[in-house]
Amino acid sequence: MPKDGDIKSGIGASSKRREDIRFLTGAGNYTDDMNMRGQAHVFFLRSDIAHGTINSLDTSAAAAMPGVVQIFTGAEFEAVGSIPCGWEVTDKHGAPMQEPRHPVLAEGKVRHVGEPIAAVVAESLAEARDAAEAIVVDISELPAVVNMKDALKDGATKVHDDLTSNLCYDWGFVEENKAATDAAFETAHHVTTLDLVNNRLVANPMEPRVALGDYSRADDQHTLYTTSQNPHVIRLLMGAFVLGIPEHKLRVVAPDVGGGFGTKIFHYQEEAFCTFAAKACNRPVKWTSSRSEAFMSDAHGRDHVTTIQLALDKDNNFVALRTDTQANMGAYLSTFASSVPTWLHGTLMAGNYKTPLIYVNVKAVFTNTVPVDAYRGAGRPEATYQIERVIDMAARELGVDPIDLRRQNYVTEFPYATPVAVEYDTGDYHATMDKLIEIGDFAGFDARRKASEAKGKWRGLGINNYIEACGIAPSNLVGQLGARAGLYDAATVRVNATGSISVMVGAHSHGQGHETSFPQVVAEMIGIPEDQIDIVHGDTSKIPFGMGTYGSRSLAVCGSAMVRATEKIIAKSKKIAAHLMEASDMDVELKDGVFSVAGTDKSVAWGDVTLAAYVPHNYPLEEIEPGLEETAFYDPSNFTYPAGAYACEVEVDPDTGKVTIERFSAADDFGNVINPMIVSGQVHGGIAQGVGQALLEGCSYDDNGQLLTGSYMDYAMPRADDLPFYAVDHSCQTPCTHNPLGVKGCGEAGAIGSPPSVVNAVIDALNSGGKKVAHIDMPLSPDRVWNAINNA
Amino acid sequence: MYNFEFEKPDTIADAVAALGGEEAQALGGGQTLIPTMKQRLASPATLVSLTGISEMQGICTGDDGSLCIGGATTHGAVAAGAGVYPALADLASHIGDPAVRNRGTIGGSLANNDPSACYPAAALASGAVIKTNTREIAADDYFQGMFDTALNEGEIITEVRFPVPEAANYQKFVQPASRFALVGVFVAKYADGVRVAITGASEGGVFRWTEAEAALSANFAVSALDGLSLPGDGMIGDLHGSGDYRAHLCAVMTKRAVNAAG
Amino acid sequence: MAQVKMTVNGKAASGEVEGRTLLSSFLRDSLFLTGTHVGCDTSQCGACVVHVDGVAVKSCTMLAAEAEGAEVSTIEGQAAPDGTLNTIQQAFQDHHGLQCGFCTPGMVMTTAALLKDNPKPSEQEIREHLEGNICRCTGYHNIIKAILAASGQDVSALAAE
Repeated sequence: MPKDGDIKSGIGASSKRREDIRFLTGAGNYTDDMNMRGQAHVFFLRSDIAHGTINSLDTSAAAAMPGVVQIFTGAEFEAVGSIPCGWEVTDKHGAPMQEPRHPVLAEGKVRHVGEPIAAVVAESLAEARDAAEAIVVDISELPAVVNMKDALKDGATKVHDDLTSNLCYDWGFVEENKAATDAAFETAHHVTTLDLVNNRLVANPMEPRVALGDYSRADDQHTLYTTSQNPHVIRLLMGAFVLGIPEHKLRVVAPDVGGGFGTKIFHYQEEAFCTFAAKACNRPVKWTSSRSEAFMSDAHGRDHVTTIQLALDKDNNFVALRTDTQANMGAYLSTFASSVPTWLHGTLMAGNYKTPLIYVNVKAVFTNTVPVDAYRGAGRPEATYQIERVIDMAARELGVDPIDLRRQNYVTEFPYATPVAVEYDTGDYHATMDKLIEIGDFAGFDARRKASEAKGKWRGLGINNYIEACGIAPSNLVGQLGARAGLYDAATVRVNATGSISVMVGAHSHGQGHETSFPQVVAEMIGIPEDQIDIVHGDTSKIPFGMGTYGSRSLAVCGSAMVRATEKIIAKSKKIAAHLMEASDMDVELKDGVFSVAGTDKSVAWGDVTLAAYVPHNYPLEEIEPGLEETAFYDPSNFTYPAGAYACEVEVDPDTGKVTIERFSAADDFGNVINPMIVSGQVHGGIAQGVGQALLEGCSYDDNGQLLTGSYMDYAMPRADDLPFYAVDHSCQTPCTHNPLGVKGCGEAGAIGSPPSVVNAVIDALNSGGKKVAHIDMPLSPDRVWNAINNA
Repeated sequence: MYNFEFEKPDTIADAVAALGGEEAQALGGGQTLIPTMKQRLASPATLVSLTGISEMQGICTGDDGSLCIGGATTHGAVAAGAGVYPALADLASHIGDPAVRNRGTIGGSLANNDPSACYPAAALASGAVIKTNTREIAADDYFQGMFDTALNEGEIITEVRFPVPEAANYQKFVQPASRFALVGVFVAKYADGVRVAITGASEGGVFRWTEAEAALSANFAVSALDGLSLPGDGMIGDLHGSGDYRAHLCAVMTKRAVNAAG
Repeated sequence: MAQVKMTVNGKAASGEVEGRTLLSSFLRDSLFLTGTHVGCDTSQCGACVVHVDGVAVKSCTMLAAEAEGAEVSTIEGQAAPDGTLNTIQQAFQDHHGLQCGFCTPGMVMTTAALLKDNPKPSEQEIREHLEGNICRCTGYHNIIKAILAASGQDVSALAAE
């Protein structure tokens, strides 16, 4: 296999990112950089209490304030649809989940701090905010439901009066396995039980959300510019379900987007509002979120409370696993909220192991908090964290080596059908563990531990495996599971007359480097320079209907569509070339941008063929159409299953509880890799987010539903001095068997794979210091670690 | 932000006059005040910038050997220019981040008296003199609780004078999000005794740990602190740490400061 | 409203501002220099860092009126007029020191300030200097690598790719 850097172009090359030029020179075009003639600004008056009944709302004084264009309240939106949920989960009794109405602006009640109550459109944002303060709101405060356990108690205050309780659904998976799983626990040699919390996080892409609505009376055309990972999804959800705008009258544009991490997948009220208000006010309406607003209006992530149990036989084989999770939905169901703790979590509970019996129970719960939805990894980090923590705990209880315990239980034969309804196509978990041991220099750990001890610090080594499912598919299966959308993607390859190519893709690039890596694939297939190919994305008026970027799907799904479309281009161009060379297209080969006929000296260049397609003077018009443009929609037959092994080394300061990350190593199997530089960058970023979850980040509310972590003053973002250089490797490659590129996806791996190893390392460090600590909940902040030390 | 009139006088006298106006407020580097105003938690009618007053800028050594720092001197300038008092320069070099240090000022920090700010610990531990346009205030009299000082309405810190100690050190244990001090301990050893001031920890703002001072004045060694502790009662408890944890950190950081001060 | 005048990227610039107009707003909304980004409201993320009279400041935490008469440099003024990236910008591209690009202008401007004072910073010095610049994409690995490279230091040992 070639080493990274050996390949200079095409698939496998670390091509420098072309999009960097605009970002490095201030020439990027983010949504907030756009301003339109006549534009007004909106400020949302948001609830500062978590739960209450709106008695009255008086906007008269505010309406008279300088610069005010129009003020909107829930009344104006009563005829407008609910912000939809894109996935209907069926509970363990076969009943659909409880699905409350999610209004654009609060109707009658407020249900979380940050919920928009009214919207002031004014000439400037400052004037809009000035006027919003003059709105008189009378709200009778109701008891807030914050804690999930309390929310599920009989007689608990209901977040939604029209629902039977705060239980969204009670999901069992696989229900048929439950009895056998429970029976296996009865007879197990050893059972390890762990109660844990997967802490609530805020995604915090550095670009806060922005929406800019525009309306053209001339042609009844709505345009929404928005910070989205998936403009077609927004167009479908908002047009069809909320505002009732037919899709041919609605264009959604997501220009440069400053990071997403999941939180920019969802359709938000502010998007619907700006689209609606642009028509109502007859002028463009722009909303720019402040960071403080983002903390109380961007969908949060994670927030699971779980009990997991692992049963082992006398030889330390895993015989059964069961898990009981409460998953916080927040006050409303965000776009994919319901799918995260179920299909994106339960299906991964086998991990990398051949545990024969698994049962997963998930209760999704409404609370008076910001809605919770997918955040980098979405369900899979929660699964991985449980599995890899309980295995480590079992190893410690049994006195066995945590690596050996994992290895003996690895899945080693593929394809492998798990007891949780998925089939892993390929993998080699021993290989990634071997690689991890090498790049993590495990051999030198004891010496490093001694050196730490000499400084009065405790050093720990934590490891874990992970597996994830990416490129969620196929559509006919996910439809049966409740998805209200298809999960294919699409690409149009438009070859221009002179041979350059525009590829219109459904995926959206907001940091992933598609503009660089996607052309590498097409360049490789045709044999022309990468700079002859441009990617067009992010505008529903320019691209085919694709589902966007999330779940590490872009290359595996949209990239596959691009390959299929390019294959069609190649097939057609061979026919044209055959005509030009007076040969059979069966005999035409395309290599390095030149068509030739096998066994002859006949050849014709790529550009000559493309020109012939558009200037078809000498052209087989009776057989094929002129032009060279093809579209493909690709619906995968299975998920892809990236997997890997991660290691973290920490030092703990026993005096303060402060944890520092000394080393972090990641050995991933992503299948084939298109641009190794970009892949490593994705892993680096994921690790930082995972370390952030493990050590720093935690969104917290007080008992009244007040957000305690409402800014960077209290929500700890990982910074450069919190983190080390990472050792990452993706040379273990077992290509995906069911997509044409053999790729698996790499965007979420780092965030999925890193939290358990950090926590495992800290627990290892404390035990090395003689403190018998079994578990600490994330984030492992200094005070929590210090408390654990003191209480041990 | 609410709107306001902006004034930028050149002299202390003009600044004092401007601050005599209705709802006028002084603006130092703005590194705390501007974020506060963005949250609409402050609403001055007039903001009087002190950044254009050259007589409030700069660092010099006074006749008595003390370090004199103009009230509008930035943290960055103190970090670079307070070499005669290395512990103070070091403290200044770790306030906020580099860009914040290029705007934030010592006078602004002391006037705000954030309970987690660094400078109050230095001023109190050094027995500094806070000089204003009208008087001189001893640090022991100046700090009066969280965000509360002896300053009168419209009074400006024009200079801060730090007696330079024989040995000193500041140890900051940061709150992981804000990077302000969860606990910061400044230890300064003078010929007439040791002073220990602690920021970040107490609900009462910066304070002197007199027990530790007495022990260290008798024997300036880490071991002198053995067995000394502060109660968790009255300490700030929040999601970043309980009162007991902060109290514990006070002792740990004091020892480290003594150790580092040598 | 009051008139402010300053020099931005070597050119005279002026405009009407309110007392509350931030330097970041003036640059973005009045001068259309949208490369300076605003990522928070508590002066922590650093996406808005520009240079005022040669030092790095957070333009979202400085009033436009305070920059009266100042020399301001922004990300738009960093490359050569023909578009050639400067050493820092080029190092960021070479070492994949950016992903979504939102924090990047602040990172580049902060780096420029660092290297002016400390031409060969250590890894630790770089990490500490970036305390006020948050990146959510890169995990900082390649940013640190790019800055080491921009200061002429060997990063081959770090060259995973």
